[in-house]
Amino acid sequence: MSYVIEGQTGPWEIVVGLEVHAQVVSQSKLFSGASTTFGADPNTQVSLVDAAFPGMLPVINHECVAQAIRTGLGLKAQINLHSRFDRKNYFYADLPQGYQISQFTHPIVGTGTITIELQNGDTREIGITRLHLEQDAGKLLHDQDPTKSFVDLNRAGVALMEIVSEPDIRAPEEAGAYLRKLRQILRYLGTCDGNMEEGSMRADVNVSVRKTGEPFRTRCEIKNVNSIRFVMQAIEVEATRQIEIWENGGEVDQETRLFDPGRGETRTMRSKEDAHDYRYFPDPDLLPLVLEQAWVDELHAALPELPDPKRARFQHDYGIPFYDAGVLVAEQAVADYYENVAKGRDGRLAASWVTGELFAALNRTGTTIETSPVSADALGKMLDLIADKTINGKIAKEVFEDMVETGDSPDAIVERKGLRQVTDTGVIDSAIAAVLEKHPDKLEEYRSGKDKLFGFFVGQVMKETKGKANPALVNEALKTRLDA
Amino acid sequence: MLSRLTLTQARAGLSARKFSARELATAHLDAITRLNPALNAYITTLPAQDVLAAADAADARYAAGNPGLMDGLPIGIKDLFCTKGVRTTAASKILADFVPPYESTVTANLLREGAVFLGKTNLDEFAMGSANMSSAFGPATNPWQKASDPSVALVPGGSSGGSSAAVAAGLALAATGTDTGGSIRQPAAYCGIVGLKPTYGRCSRWGVIAYASSLDQAGPMTRSVADAGLMLQAMAGFDERDSTSSNRPVPAFHEAVGKSVKGLRVGIPAEYRAPGLPAEIQAMWDQGIAWLKDAGCEVVDVSLPHTRYGLTSYYIIAPAECSSNLARYDGIRFGTRVDAPSLDGVYEASRAAGFGPEVRNRILMGTYVLSAGYYDAYYLKAQKVRTLIRRDFEQAFENVDVLLTPTAPSAAFAQGENMNDPVQMYLNDIFTVPASLAGVPALSVPVGLDGAGLPLGLQVIGRHFDEETVLSIGGALEAAAGFTHLPAVHAGAGA
Amino acid sequence: MSLDLATTRRIAKLARIGLEDAELEATRQKLNDILGWIDQLAEVDVEGVPPMVGTETEALRQRADKVTDGNCRDALLACAPETSGPFYTVPKVVE
Ligand SMILES: [Mg+2]
Ligand SMILES: [Zn+2]
Repeated sequence: MSYVIEGQTGPWEIVVGLEVHAQVVSQSKLFSGASTTFGADPNTQVSLVDAAFPGMLPVINHECVAQAIRTGLGLKAQINLHSRFDRKNYFYADLPQGYQISQFTHPIVGTGTITIELQNGDTREIGITRLHLEQDAGKLLHDQDPTKSFVDLNRAGVALMEIVSEPDIRAPEEAGAYLRKLRQILRYLGTCDGNMEEGSMRADVNVSVRKTGEPFRTRCEIKNVNSIRFVMQAIEVEATRQIEIWENGGEVDQETRLFDPGRGETRTMRSKEDAHDYRYFPDPDLLPLVLEQAWVDELHAALPELPDPKRARFQHDYGIPFYDAGVLVAEQAVADYYENVAKGRDGRLAASWVTGELFAALNRTGTTIETSPVSADALGKMLDLIADKTINGKIAKEVFEDMVETGDSPDAIVERKGLRQVTDTGVIDSAIAAVLEKHPDKLEEYRSGKDKLFGFFVGQVMKETKGKANPALVNEALKTRLDA
Repeated sequence: MLSRLTLTQARAGLSARKFSARELATAHLDAITRLNPALNAYITTLPAQDVLAAADAADARYAAGNPGLMDGLPIGIKDLFCTKGVRTTAASKILADFVPPYESTVTANLLREGAVFLGKTNLDEFAMGSANMSSAFGPATNPWQKASDPSVALVPGGSSGGSSAAVAAGLALAATGTDTGGSIRQPAAYCGIVGLKPTYGRCSRWGVIAYASSLDQAGPMTRSVADAGLMLQAMAGFDERDSTSSNRPVPAFHEAVGKSVKGLRVGIPAEYRAPGLPAEIQAMWDQGIAWLKDAGCEVVDVSLPHTRYGLTSYYIIAPAECSSNLARYDGIRFGTRVDAPSLDGVYEASRAAGFGPEVRNRILMGTYVLSAGYYDAYYLKAQKVRTLIRRDFEQAFENVDVLLTPTAPSAAFAQGENMNDPVQMYLNDIFTVPASLAGVPALSVPVGLDGAGLPLGLQVIGRHFDEETVLSIGGALEAAAGFTHLPAVHAGAGA
Repeated sequence: MSLDLATTRRIAKLARIGLEDAELEATRQKLNDILGWIDQLAEVDVEGVPPMVGTETEALRQRADKVTDGNCRDALLACAPETSGPFYTVPKVVE
């Protein structure tokens, strides 16, 4: 059953398209040599070009072009060998030139697709309309003075990729999945760090509603939503607002709105009140951007393995289920960690240790995969100890906890604590004898048909051997003794 | 007479130690003190001690035997070039107190070659005009006067009118200009000097206050064709800070002057014989044709069929670009601010007060032709016509090496004339605009006087990056014309 | 095309040039004269002609991704008509 909102007149379908502004990972700005580092002192990362001084001119950053191409390739999109920069003209205090250099009619990347996965395991293709390069604006601070806004131009001129989706999204959940997937791809490619809190990824959300089978109705654009959760909330409240208008016989106005997460509502953007006429035209300071196919091919060949193919390979190479593979490829660093553990070992066992004990330990210790107290190498060695029967699975958990705490190697811990598995059948036999001696009543019950007690005896024998007995040998020996 | 020399002569004199750069500079500072109040050729003059210090440094380099191309030569800088620590106004109130913390590439190149800057010359506000009447610092006056009526103040042309007046009157040995639709060539013609608009991309635009980016080009304004070559060599060159700058090598342009022009093919565009072209100008043009024939050129009739649409396209494209280029003058980061309670209020008040009427009108015209619903009919159409005009030139240059035309449809006119009819004013650019649209180099050479005793110029237009052939032909015209007339107001008079 | 006063007002607003009503009408007339003259462009046949963008004598050059600029706050702010500490200031903006 697809997602609908029930109105008074029946179910409504929602139609959503996303415009994501992703900050390009680069040392310097799109058209100037000023730094892009986050969090610098106000107005220190500003050149004469960024502050639009008279006579200053833009010169394009090669790496930003490369990053846009890599991203386009990662989205399986058309790379346009011929693209162009246009000026989008409007006045605002965060826009020193009085225009934003963007790509309007001829973007560097054309149509592509993103495959999203939903909670219920279904996948959907969301179309990408285009990706273009453009300049970011500066930042206004409104809370420093009662009558003034303060202007910080550090961000002005930083390269952005605007990634525009088709209006293919039909549920808040799909919007969330789309953004997570996009962010994952950008991070794998190293073209955007995807950090929404620092503003390096922001979404404009276009929302409209309709009755099933209808053509599109008027949409509203909700600007600059800065978390995935807020995007999903904004869609829901905006769709509900629009349905109410339509059902009361009104018309939805095409407009730009802001989402207020505190109040859980969207409202008209005051600063965008007057009708806009951006007067786009080709920037005469810049010539057409002409790319060599050979360079695009080179960038293509150097792309890292992306999440979807990696997931398929993990399933195939390591024999792990689709779901687990998805968890393991969510982040490149986790995938790399897993692959270091799994290579040449039991992939399923490695997957269950990484997603189980390791993730729990990271959570508990407040660390990340990059700062994990247990290296992939050490975890691999521990799995080797299980494989060669030096320790059993239960003891392994104890060893692992010790590794988390002390950082010692699993061998050292096994030696220090004397945890080596008991495989000497003589030792096991005498442990069994001791247990049977202690529990003649239970033995009686078992022999009179209470099979379930077998487990009780196994547990007691393990206890007698301090958990170190090889469980398979214990099973075998017990069976022989009890059924004799 | 130190203030009447060409750059070439002054350089020779300095090299031979016949006079010092200090003496040369002093003579020019004197002339400025005497004549600038009447001519208003300079908006800002540099402090005398700075000028003399620069001259002394040049003298030291001559003494050491390693002078640069422009060493010790006192020149004026159009006040559209940003000069570090020296007020740069674009002749606008909005930049009346702007002191750039940076030096434009072209002026930095000139300083590197040892040039001595005297000051910042007057112009039409933001280089928008053909008469130097729109300067917020008052008009510059042409040093030439009508023999019949010396009391009528004439325009020096525009927008580089302060530069042309200064060079003609001996307030600088040469000056920089910028040309968007004729702003070097037309004032050069009105003031009886040489002006060269190089190929688009030859000189860096970095640090030059933009009017219309796809057309703006810096160039020299001098007293001889060889000087124009020398000074262009100093100004030009690849600049990685300007994406439209060409990285072709810069030749020793002045060496092209004096080269034989025998066998070169000179095209005469039929469409420039516009109806209403004054007989004197037609006669001067015919004279130029005859001179070049005498010099061994082959003269060929050619057609540039879209010429008549050049001017209208230009008056769409240039305002469109300027409406965007001038958006940065908003009273926030530099320039004049007029306070108001709201941000839009600050914008509207600062820009209304800071820009003069001509600039405001061009911004509004540009805003209009780019706005929704009009873009295709005006801007896009003009860009297509621009393609046709460029093709006209390319086709013509398959057959000929240069084109010869008048520079302007009239000699200098009176201040205040043509002011109420913008279209009439725009027609001054009719012969210069097509070369700007095509991006090809073009030179104006003074060749004679009209009946009123005012100078007239001829224009030589060449192929992209072929300034050398343009200068060769210009040199031949110069030699044949032997133009030695002096304006009524000049530094030699009464000194 | 002829320019009416409402359109003149709208473009003045777009260009952020504050004009009094009397100036608006004078401006309208002046622009209208120029537009009347410009309209002759309509007669040119541009069927199939591509627009000329810039002068297209070179291809766009790309610079290396290096930090070569910035760190000049004092020089920049010294040019500004109004600042507060490390910031440019404008009348309060409500978004
Ligand atoms: Mg958007
Ligand atoms: Zn954008």
